[in-house]
Order: sequence, then structure tokens, then C-alpha cells
Amino acid sequence: MTTVVDVANVSKDFKIHYERHQSLKERLLHPKTGSTEDFSALKDISFEVEEGETVGILGHNGSGKSTLLKCICGVLQPTSGEIRLRGSLAALLELGAGFQLELSGRDNVYIYGAMLGFTRKRIDQIFEDIVDFSEIQHFIDTPVKFYSSGMYVRLAFAVAVNVNPDILVVDEVLAVGDERFQAKCIDRIRNFQEEGRAILLVTHSADQVRSLASRAIVLESGLMIANGTVSDSLRIFREHLLGDTPSNEVNDHSAEVHIDSVTTPSGSFDVHSGASMHFDVHVTSATAYSGNFVMEIFTRAGVLVSRSDAQGAPINLRPGVNTIGVDLPNIPLLDGVFDINVGVVDPRGSNVKAWGEKVATMQVTYGGREGGLVELDASIRQV
Amino acid sequence: MENATSSEAVHEGLSHAPVRVVSARIKLRARLHNLLQRRELLRNLVVSDIRIKYKGSALGLLWSMLAPAFTLGIYYLVFSVFLKNGYPNYVIFLFSGLIVWNLFQNAVNSATGVIVDRAGLVKKVSFPREILPLASVGSAVIYFLIQLGVLALFLVIFGHAPNWTMLAILPITFATLYLFASAVAIVMSAITVYLRDMKHLMEVLLQLWFWMSPVVYSYSNSLAPQIHRHGLTLLYFSNPMTLLVLTFQRAFYVQTDVHSLLAGHALLHMLPKWSATSFLYLNLGMFAIMCAVFLISLVIFGRLEGNFESEL
Repeated sequence: MTTVVDVANVSKDFKIHYERHQSLKERLLHPKTGSTEDFSALKDISFEVEEGETVGILGHNGSGKSTLLKCICGVLQPTSGEIRLRGSLAALLELGAGFQLELSGRDNVYIYGAMLGFTRKRIDQIFEDIVDFSEIQHFIDTPVKFYSSGMYVRLAFAVAVNVNPDILVVDEVLAVGDERFQAKCIDRIRNFQEEGRAILLVTHSADQVRSLASRAIVLESGLMIANGTVSDSLRIFREHLLGDTPSNEVNDHSAEVHIDSVTTPSGSFDVHSGASMHFDVHVTSATAYSGNFVMEIFTRAGVLVSRSDAQGAPINLRPGVNTIGVDLPNIPLLDGVFDINVGVVDPRGSNVKAWGEKVATMQVTYGGREGGLVELDASIRQV
Repeated sequence: MENATSSEAVHEGLSHAPVRVVSARIKLRARLHNLLQRRELLRNLVVSDIRIKYKGSALGLLWSMLAPAFTLGIYYLVFSVFLKNGYPNYVIFLFSGLIVWNLFQNAVNSATGVIVDRAGLVKKVSFPREILPLASVGSAVIYFLIQLGVLALFLVIFGHAPNWTMLAILPITFATLYLFASAVAIVMSAITVYLRDMKHLMEVLLQLWFWMSPVVYSYSNSLAPQIHRHGLTLLYFSNPMTLLVLTFQRAFYVQTDVHSLLAGHALLHMLPKWSATSFLYLNLGMFAIMCAVFLISLVIFGRLEGNFESEL
């Protein structure tokens, strides 16, 4: 395995201008004023990405994740520290940023390709693929100023993924196009993963990280607060998501509410399809708290099977250890291993008080003939 | 980017792929290396620049000849017809200096605002930012070559033979001109990000600069005796454009002494009587200086580009 991205002690400071003096007169009249303040967007970030890894970068707005990506792509230079890159890199920071509105789609493909660092010969080879992928065959010779926003973005995405970079950097751009095009993009990203290319994925979406990434990093006000398995990082991200005070140290036990453990009466999480299951979630609370309870079940591939809550009935936690019972009367799942997440959120569901990521793993066995995820009890006959 | 040309073999070779470093300071050597690697992008930007400029105009690239031809016509009318300077073949004299000046002026004028104008690109896409001003210089070079073609046509029409020995020096002169224009373009494009006045200031400065260079008037005839008396010759030649313009004039206009077209046919001393060897050495010296100036401009650009993001 080769390290393709090596971020070493990277910090980035910005000057924030309160009064901008951009004309000569203003600069001469106010040589010293033009009050600025240093703002530290990234603080001593270090991590590595190996060949073939997909790393998700999670964080709230303003946590520094886009700044980090821009540094990695070389759009910004870090104030200190350095980033070492091996192999070619294609970045999707803002789709179509390099497009010249007056020129045709065809011309822009070549210019954009050159911006990404690829030769004309290389673009010639993959031009057909790009056009096919973007689905704008009829408009490729039309100036892009006449494109719809969807066409614009599809063309840009098509160039970036078809040049086959060794490192692909994606910033929240998977939300483009219609659902079908999105599925196509995700599909292409999976192809990339199979070919062993490295991907850096910035997103708000925990689901997307869970389904695509092999590792995740969480940023919080410029600090890296997690770098580990997807489930560990997601737990920390959840705990900080809309958290009480953003500057809070990550410490499970200082939190007001904490998920201790999940147990079943039999001690086993093995279950037959169609059978019922009961498990108890043990929650410690420092104070009395009234909120909602959430449970999620995921496949190992990261697909959300079900998310359910206490259906509006509040969970009234007493100070000390509480037990919350979860009943699954009839598990319709087929063969497989499923991860269970549980959490306590505030009544409106916007504030996560405690989160347990992958607190239990359920093993379902199934003897029937259906395949897939759930049993529908389908009967098929000729009428 | 060679490793990307064979898509299938990308991964086997990755452990040997070159490492690129992003850090606060990019070393000069790395800067030059990056620029050389992105020739393709430079070419693309120049081509798209020219295509956009003349997009939708009926005459297209013809404008790049018409505009200087118009200037040429005006100067000819004013200085030769109205003011009667008496220079024979004044059009050739004027044109051989004007193409040199036009390259410089076009390059610097369009490069000055280029980074501010393309802020969207600079803030979103990674590429060596020097490419933007260099692309402006590239477009100016294309126009220069077109005008050079027109000048050659003029020489044929007027039956005016160039000095072939001097012509052999011109590649060095051109390289010097290119480096000088690039250096000014690179520095100005970066300064304009911080001081938006530069764009307007530069337009004024370029006017002054134009008249300080011996394009319209003959250096030897109008200026040399006076500035020599005041000991200003060195100062006048500290303007790099002076030597470059004189070299072009010497190559295309050729004659150092001519008879005036006016009554009396007085002897006019048009150009310095230096030998071709002297011109060669002077140009080589200037070339060496401009190599250094170009490198310094890259260093200055590197210092300034760190804060582009927060200024744009």
C-alpha cells in the first residue's frame, strides 16, 4: 500500500477584513487601519490516505472541511505544514468552475481537462466516454451559457471522473442532477473504489459516508476530533451534531446522557427471520431528561433498513441508570448481519443527547426461499 | 502527468509516481517545473482567450491587424504628413517599433486584471496561477506574430530589404521581450489583487512609457544628442524597451543615415551606428538580465499569491 495523500501538521489562517481598503487612495489614507483579525480555519491537521481508501470528511458548516479539501487540491496554500500527494488528482470542488460560458461544451471539456492536468491526447481518448456519461450528445457543440444547470454540472462531473485520476476529491457535489444521474455517480465512485483509487469525500450526510467510506475524519472548528473507523467517527460526529456547545471536549462520560450497553434477555443477538426480539438499552443520565429515543438498523454495506423512534411518546429519564426496552415483534429481515444504532434526542429531534453507533450486531438466519433484504411472503401463481 | 496517459497501468506505477508537495512556500525550482508541466493548459487558455475575444465579431482575427493598422495610419498622418518629420519609409520605421511595443502593451494591459477577473476559477480550481498572466502574454505573442507577418508583407510591397545579419539576432531580442513582458504581467496581475487601482494606473503609465521608448520618433535623430549632453543616456537605456525597439528597427528599417524627404534633403541620423556584434552583445546582456527579472517576478508572485483567497 502506498500513501497517496499525506497531510502533515497543516494549519491555515485567514485574515478577516472588517474594512477593506482595496483602492490606492484608501491604502494611502489608512495605512495602518483596515482592521483585520486572524482566523484559524485549520489547526494542526495530520492524517494519511492510503491507495484504495475512501475517506469521508465530516463536519458542520464552518468546521474547516472545505478549507482542508482546498489545501489538499492546492487551491489554497497552508499557512504551515505540508501536504504530499502521489499520483494525479481530480477535484470536484465546485462543478464547472473552470467553464468558459462563451465556448462550446466540446471546447470546455478540453480546457477543463487541461486544468485538471491532462493532455489533449488523453482527453481525445476519453472524449466519447465523457459525452456518453454526461448525456448531452446533442448539445456538445453548443456554448455552455445555453446549458441548463443540470447539463452544466453533468458535463463537469463527467470530465472529472472520466480522466481516471489516482485521487478523486469530492465536495458535496453528489447532490447534483436527478436521482438517476446521482445513482450513476455513486456507481462510478464504487467503480473507482474497486480499481483501488483513493477518494476523499466531504459531506454532511452520515448515510453517504456510511455507504461509501472505509474511514472517516471529523472536523470541528478547525480541529480534527476523530480519525478512525466510520462507526467511531460517526458516533463522535453525532455527539457533536448540533451539540450544546461546539467547543465541548469529546468525552462520553462527561455527557449528560450516555448509552451504556444493549443487552438481550438471552444474551444473544442471533435471531430467526420472522421471530420476535426484545432488547434493553441501558442509559445513564446525570439529570432528569425528557426526550425521544431513536433506533436505526443498517446492513453491513451501510444501507439504512429502518429508522424508528418512540412515536412521539417521550422517554422520561431519571437521574442514574435507566432501561429502555425495544420490541421487534416480527423481524422480516432475511439472512445477514445488521448493525444497530440507538440514541437519545431532544423532543424536536434536532439535538442529539447521546448516540450509540453500532452498539449491537444482530445476526439473522433465514430458511426460506426469498432473496434480498426483507421477506415479503410473496406468493406467485398464474391466474 | 505522464502516469495518467495509460489508465490501466495507473496503480502499478503509483508507488513510483512523483510526489507533489503543497506547502506555504513553493520553491522557485518547483514553480518553474509546474509551469513547464502545464504547457498544455497555457496553450488551451491562449486559444480560448483569442476565440472568446473575437467570438461573434464578423471580422474576427482580422481585428488584431486592423486595430494596429489604424494606429499606424494615424501616426503616419500626424508625424509624416502634418508635422513633416521627413523620415523616408516612415511606415516601416514606425511599424518595426510598434509591433514590439504592442506586444508589451497588450500583454501587460490584459494581464493586469486577469486574476481579479477570473477569481471564480482561482478560488476553485488548482493550477499554477502564473499561467493566467502568462496566457495573456501568450495571446499578445499571437497578435505579434500576425503583425510580424503584415510587416513582412509591407517590406515586400515597399521593396525594402531587411538586414539579414540583424535578423539573426531577433530571436534573442524576442525572447528578451517575452521574458520582460511576462515578468511585468506576472507582478502586475498579483499586485492588482491587493490594489484594484493598478488597472487604471497601468493604463496611464503605459502611455508615458510608450513615449519614453523610441517608437514614433528616431532615438538617434531626435533625442541622442540632448540626453547625451545631460548625461541621461544610461537612464534612457534603463528602459528595456529602448534596446528592444532599436534592435527591431535596425533589423527592418536598416539604414542608419538617410536623406530627409524635405527640401534641402538634410542628412538624418536615424539609428545608432553600432555593429551587429555590438547589438548581439547588448541583446545577450539584456537577455541575461531579463532571465533574472523573470525569476524574481515568480518569487514576488509566490509571496503575494498566498492571500489571494481572502482578497478576491
